[in-house]
Amino acid sequence: MSDSVDSAAVAAPVRTGQSGTVVRSTVVRRLLRNPMGIASLVILGSIALLAIFAPVLAPFEENFANITKTLAPADSVNILGTDSAGRDTWSRLLFGAQLTLLSALLCAGVAIAIGLPAGLIAGYYAGKFEAVSNWVVSILMSLPGLIVLLTIRAAFGPSVWISMVAFGVLISPSYFRLTRTAVQSVRNELYVDAARVSGLSDWSIIARHIFSVVRAPIIIQTAAIAGVAIAIQSGLEFLGLGDPTKATWGVMLSEGFKNVYLTPTLLLWPALAMALTIGGLVLLGNAIRDALEDGEKIKHRKKKVHAAEDAASASASKVARKTLAAVEAGTEHHLVKVTNLGVGYPQADGSIKKVVDDVSFHVDRGEILGIVGESGSGKSQTAFSILGLLPDNARIVGGTIQFDGNYTVAPGDERVNQARLSKLRGKRISYIPQEPMSNLDPAFTIGYQLVTPMVRVLGISKDEARKRALKLLTDVGIVNPERTFNAYPHEVSGGMAQRVLIAGAISCEPDLVIADEPTTALDVTVQADVLDLLRELQQRLNIGVILVTHNFGVVADLCDRVAVMQNGRLVEEGSVRDILRNPKEPYTQTLLASMLEGKTPMSMLVSSQKEPVA
Amino acid sequence: MSTVEVNEIAPLPTGPLLTVDNLVVEYPSKKFRAKPFRALTDINITIGRGETLGLVGESGSGKTTLGRAVLGLAPVTGGKITFEGKDISHATRRQRRTLSRDLQVVFQDPYTSLNPALEIGAILAEPLGVQGMEQAAAKKRVKELLDQVGLPSDAIHRLPREFSGGQRQRVAIARALALSPKLIVCDEPVSALDLSTQARVLDLFLQIQKDTGVSYLFVSHDLDVVRHISHRVAVMYHGEIVEQGPAEVVTRDPEHPYTQRLLLASPVPDPDRQEQRRADRHRLLDIQRQQTEQAGALA
Repeated sequence: MSDSVDSAAVAAPVRTGQSGTVVRSTVVRRLLRNPMGIASLVILGSIALLAIFAPVLAPFEENFANITKTLAPADSVNILGTDSAGRDTWSRLLFGAQLTLLSALLCAGVAIAIGLPAGLIAGYYAGKFEAVSNWVVSILMSLPGLIVLLTIRAAFGPSVWISMVAFGVLISPSYFRLTRTAVQSVRNELYVDAARVSGLSDWSIIARHIFSVVRAPIIIQTAAIAGVAIAIQSGLEFLGLGDPTKATWGVMLSEGFKNVYLTPTLLLWPALAMALTIGGLVLLGNAIRDALEDGEKIKHRKKKVHAAEDAASASASKVARKTLAAVEAGTEHHLVKVTNLGVGYPQADGSIKKVVDDVSFHVDRGEILGIVGESGSGKSQTAFSILGLLPDNARIVGGTIQFDGNYTVAPGDERVNQARLSKLRGKRISYIPQEPMSNLDPAFTIGYQLVTPMVRVLGISKDEARKRALKLLTDVGIVNPERTFNAYPHEVSGGMAQRVLIAGAISCEPDLVIADEPTTALDVTVQADVLDLLRELQQRLNIGVILVTHNFGVVADLCDRVAVMQNGRLVEEGSVRDILRNPKEPYTQTLLASMLEGKTPMSMLVSSQKEPVA
Repeated sequence: MSTVEVNEIAPLPTGPLLTVDNLVVEYPSKKFRAKPFRALTDINITIGRGETLGLVGESGSGKTTLGRAVLGLAPVTGGKITFEGKDISHATRRQRRTLSRDLQVVFQDPYTSLNPALEIGAILAEPLGVQGMEQAAAKKRVKELLDQVGLPSDAIHRLPREFSGGQRQRVAIARALALSPKLIVCDEPVSALDLSTQARVLDLFLQIQKDTGVSYLFVSHDLDVVRHISHRVAVMYHGEIVEQGPAEVVTRDPEHPYTQRLLLASPVPDPDRQEQRRADRHRLLDIQRQQTEQAGALA
């Protein structure tokens, strides 16, 4: 009976199944496909190799001085020349790389060792540990880093390692904050609760469920921190505070600076090495971030492939618009007429995935049309194409939409005609959304959000608009309109917010209201009130309504006609009594059979079939 | 494996499986020295073996909190929760680990109740591993579970995002069943699902109860769902239970004004009967309004 439902439900995961099984390898692959990622990996890799094999590759010891050959230019023995003490620049550069990279790693390691566990604990347990560690972090962050490092150098001597450990401690708050925020965002996820119910110890929960969330940001952060560590360390040494017995890039930079007028190249080489390393680290961090963000750039690729087609169809539609100024004869009296509408999304492989396919219906003034369907049936996409609020990458792949005798999607159009619709939206077509709370801006009072559109659309004064807004709030059954008018969205309940949005939707006296699951987020008792309100307003103002819903009870309560959608297609349309009492299509029958009303309690609902996979 | 078998031959018992006496749950207020927020007041419920207690109420009525308190996820301020004769109101994590063999949960949102980074097999094996089951045995049990909830066995190596909402909820149910528990707290397990999917998942819950004799504490805002699956129903309103009794009575002929409102507020899928119900509802609201006015006048 419900073959089509099942096959659709089963088919979906199979389709996505092949692309999504191996997660980590795709990240690495994406990293390697990114030119920035490859470049940075090559640079950092070769520098690391040079550093590792420095003892083999370097022709001289790092401090071997040939006093007879100071500040020499490059030749076959000293390929990059020598410094003021006659030491080989190339050799010192290699040994410097070793020390510089190791110390950067040490710094990042210390910072992670302190910041990561502290952040995990503070984020997961909150409470006192978080409060205390926040104080410590605030103190650490308020310390002037350079002065602390100078003090430590004065106290403990010019060791690279000590100063890098100190810098690691100073910079650990950045890891702490990063980790804590990431952990806080998943601490209350249901799967963490489920693990708690399973009796997993806190440490297992943190290791299994929470650490995976912070892994990626930590890697990105480390790339940046290592770069900063190199810069700080070299800065200290450049000031002459480094250990003169060790070859590091900072010491070389300092040396080069002293002889900048005699041999400018001495300054060039360490500076170049540092620039390459730090730049490589920054690029690597960016590349990893890009690889982790789900960034399949469909739009750009699509444009290239179809540029020619787009141009062709654009010119074609221009022609069409000129010749087809009027709509289909004999249908002008319909408030909205949708004819053979198709909506699709371009995919990475250049094909178009249709979400609405060959849908036709009409709505007259004073009539409520219900569009019913399950998730993924395309009911909201249909509503959004009438509103012209489809996402940017959506394409109208066929059909037309006309509103009150004019095309908003003319034959051949690839997109909704925004120029025409923006004049209609708000004024003649309005919208009641599903989530009342997320559709009110928390930063403005309710009154402001009602008054502004009226001032703009109707061109009336603010006082006039205020009077009307208060009247509207009374009309939608709000007992104390003055108080609601001055309230912020968070100060009212969900049902109240939905009333406010309904007031907003009818404020500019529209001809058509599109309500997308207007009561789904509300409690049942509140839903009944809001349905009463919608019915009363619709009858009084004689407006056309398109009601998108999944609830047949709501349909029975409000609608005159019903259209049933499945997988982007309209399977059945008719008067509410016909469809609810004598559905012709098996899909509609299945849906109605799934209703619990009137069923014997504890009986199987879908018993006729063998247990299918929902 | 052994742990599961032990459960099945556990000593058979008399008296209810779960008893909640005068339960109070308060959340400390964020503000300094402010009064704590009282989420539950004086809750008394019992659930017998193989029985389903439906818990219905509007958002913010405390029905989810009650489920979480039983699971140890909400702070018990007063009263007592007894499971199989043991007081579990303040069970430690170690006690919880033992308890998790008998007490499990299915959450509302199948999209956030499964860790997106773990394969289905790993998710299902987690509770088994906690109880110290060996890998091979755990793997066998995971296959059984997938079969029990009607998922293909190749699901083991796939990630949650490859499945639809209904399938994910099946995974969540399989996880709850892993240790053959005696009580499953179901927190709005079908609210996020499509109508036809909801019907199949409800069938699955009923079938599992028939096969294993598990008890459910079934939390839902939908009176129709609760009527369909429950033996007894408790109605919550503002953190209190205002009415409880056999499902037939509470969901068809309720006594409390709120339950009466709730019953008539849920629309039926027929225009003419719905019109009748709407009229009934308006009449009821008028009567209740008059009653409150009279009560106000008397007081």
